[in-house]
Amino acid sequence: MIFQAGTVYYQQLNDSIRDCTDSEITVENLLGQRYLGCGSSGKTFKLYGTPGNGLGQYLNGSSIEVFGNAQDATGDTMNEGEIIIHGSCGDAAGYGMRGGRILIEGDCGYRGGIHMKSYLDKYPVIVIGGQAGSFLGEYQAGGLIVVLGKGAGGKVPVSYFCGTGMHGGKIVLRTEEAPAGLPPQVLVRQAEPEDLAEIRPHVAAYCGAFGGDAEQLLAQRFCVLTPNPEAGYRQLYTYE
Amino acid sequence: MAIDFLYPQYEVVRNMDRCITCRACERQCANEVHHYDVDFGYMVSDESKCVNCHRCVSLCPTRALKIVKTDHTFKENANWTGKAISEVYRQAGSGGVLLSSMGNPEPLPIYWDKILINASQVTNPPIDPLREPMETRTFLGKKPGKIERGKDGNLVNNLSPQLQLNVPIMFSAMSYGSISYNAHASLARAAVELGTYYNTGEGGLHQDFYQYGDHTIVQVASGRFGVFKEYLEAGAAIEIKMGQGAKPGIGGHLPGLKVGPDISKTRMIPEGTDAISPAPHHDIYSIEDLRQLVFSLKEATEYKKPVIVKIAAVHNVAAIASGIARSGADIIAIDGFRGGTGAAPTRIRDNVGIPIELALAAVDQRLRDEGIRDQVSVVIGGSVRNSADLLKAIALGADAVYIATSALLALGCHLCRTCQSGRCNWGIATQRPDLVKRLNPDIGSRRLVNLVTAWDHELKEMMGGMGINSIEALRGNRLMLRGIGLTQKELDILGIKHAGE
Repeated sequence: MIFQAGTVYYQQLNDSIRDCTDSEITVENLLGQRYLGCGSSGKTFKLYGTPGNGLGQYLNGSSIEVFGNAQDATGDTMNEGEIIIHGSCGDAAGYGMRGGRILIEGDCGYRGGIHMKSYLDKYPVIVIGGQAGSFLGEYQAGGLIVVLGKGAGGKVPVSYFCGTGMHGGKIVLRTEEAPAGLPPQVLVRQAEPEDLAEIRPHVAAYCGAFGGDAEQLLAQRFCVLTPNPEAGYRQLYTYE
Repeated sequence: MAIDFLYPQYEVVRNMDRCITCRACERQCANEVHHYDVDFGYMVSDESKCVNCHRCVSLCPTRALKIVKTDHTFKENANWTGKAISEVYRQAGSGGVLLSSMGNPEPLPIYWDKILINASQVTNPPIDPLREPMETRTFLGKKPGKIERGKDGNLVNNLSPQLQLNVPIMFSAMSYGSISYNAHASLARAAVELGTYYNTGEGGLHQDFYQYGDHTIVQVASGRFGVFKEYLEAGAAIEIKMGQGAKPGIGGHLPGLKVGPDISKTRMIPEGTDAISPAPHHDIYSIEDLRQLVFSLKEATEYKKPVIVKIAAVHNVAAIASGIARSGADIIAIDGFRGGTGAAPTRIRDNVGIPIELALAAVDQRLRDEGIRDQVSVVIGGSVRNSADLLKAIALGADAVYIATSALLALGCHLCRTCQSGRCNWGIATQRPDLVKRLNPDIGSRRLVNLVTAWDHELKEMMGGMGINSIEALRGNRLMLRGIGLTQKELDILGIKHAGE
């Protein structure tokens, strides 16, 4: 079914979408309506225009494709499913995400993938085509964040405090330069063949969605950020 | 060179005439204080390991044991107390942050004890709750500002989702991880029987406890542990944890060591990994951002459940509460500086935050002044110790209270304040299977039901004494309170008169 968003208030729009039993939902003319697909499962959304904050929050298995930019808190606490953004997205994408995949064609704002965690068969993945703002992967506890750095000109495609408080998971960056000034919780190294094998299906999915040659991208220089087991979040305590 | 020797705080006194060397104390003590000396044929103890939890004392069949505070002392000094000196030694030796458990034990003012309750005489006679109906059932949630009628003249239901409490007492948030499976089971079953609610804390909801969902408040904190669609749908209400009275401005950190198989499943994180939930929600920097999280939870649960926002009582609590009331939250929970915790840095626990009595009075007044008191219910916690504290809280403006330390005491806790060790001999603040099984949920839930039922009865007696027969008539009824030994400023903040006025 096709919905026209226009100036319809988000609560009303989401109500009618929830009432619709179709598995394929198309929404056109989005003007920042919040919480699209929030908590949903088993649906396929095609969204045109600009969805608002909390797109696919608590997503539980649906797939969402946005033909435009997304705003803040995309895929916040997402458990399962996929979000594909033909554009850039705002802050805190994939906050506390536990499973599923977010593909962002362009850049993402501050605090992408923070608190990301994995669990049993759940392994969340974010692929950012362009560059990421500060605090990418802050408190990361699991999962994978790939930044392809398009438009970065071979420079490090992340900003300040990348991986602060990281204690699990992995961040992979396409960059000619080695990232400098990383927090002590983060170890950095050149990507090994196993790392590239791990990101290959996700880079291929990115190229499948937005075009480009995955193998050509993968042939370039990548570096890997992982938590430093020696400098964990542990603090020394003494007791009464 | 300095020597880091600290004389043990307690002495284990064993009456050798009574000791029958049954070794019960040895088996009961997870701190390994007692052991049997084979050569001498009697029990000996290492008091340096004793936390004064009374497990051995309670189970000694011949009452041969008692624990006393040591009379070993530093030279008397009112400023440099033994505690102050020992803490310096401990930190100089370890370089560590002092960590403590449970609520602030320092001798700061307890305003509950400086407030007296009214009773009727001659006119407006008292009511006998044993003979006459007395209403302590209450509803939490946003109340509509006006009555709406449809075209046909019938009432339109414009009521937001409400929580029905048969008694104005709920069990506050304690995560599975900080307390044991059997402690959670006891709280859940008691909440069902009492017609009230318990709170999962931020550690997710164990699969076995989904059956108690109608009496469960599920919590969402910055770490989002165990938060997914079914979890949100399982609860009767959703609580966003912004702060905690014992450690305002500090987050949670469950060390990987405590994340065993069961905790891992409930929190939905791998075994042995640290569970970190920092104090800031990194997506909340304003009331507008809070509103976004509140409404995301409402969208995810189709506006069927009230959303609670829990904050610690801090200096600007009234202004913060006003913001929360405007954020779309249905209920505000405020936790005072005496609230308990499984572990908090000592300096923060003992120095940060304000008393709940003052915070509550300030919040209730502010919301009334702004004409938005009906937009939210107010729940308070942070050391409600008995039914008199409960009644005073309601008269100061609370809709209901959260209790946790009282509930743990009912389960057997002896307030030894050593929760962080994970070796709770009473089976409460531990994950060790041999210790957990010491707490029987059948007995635990029974004791919780007993406690709350007794408080409810006392509440009715006191209300009856005032000639009040419903909780609505007590709420915010500050004329029923008088201060004793308080300054004018304190009376002004509490909004009550002095005794005799």
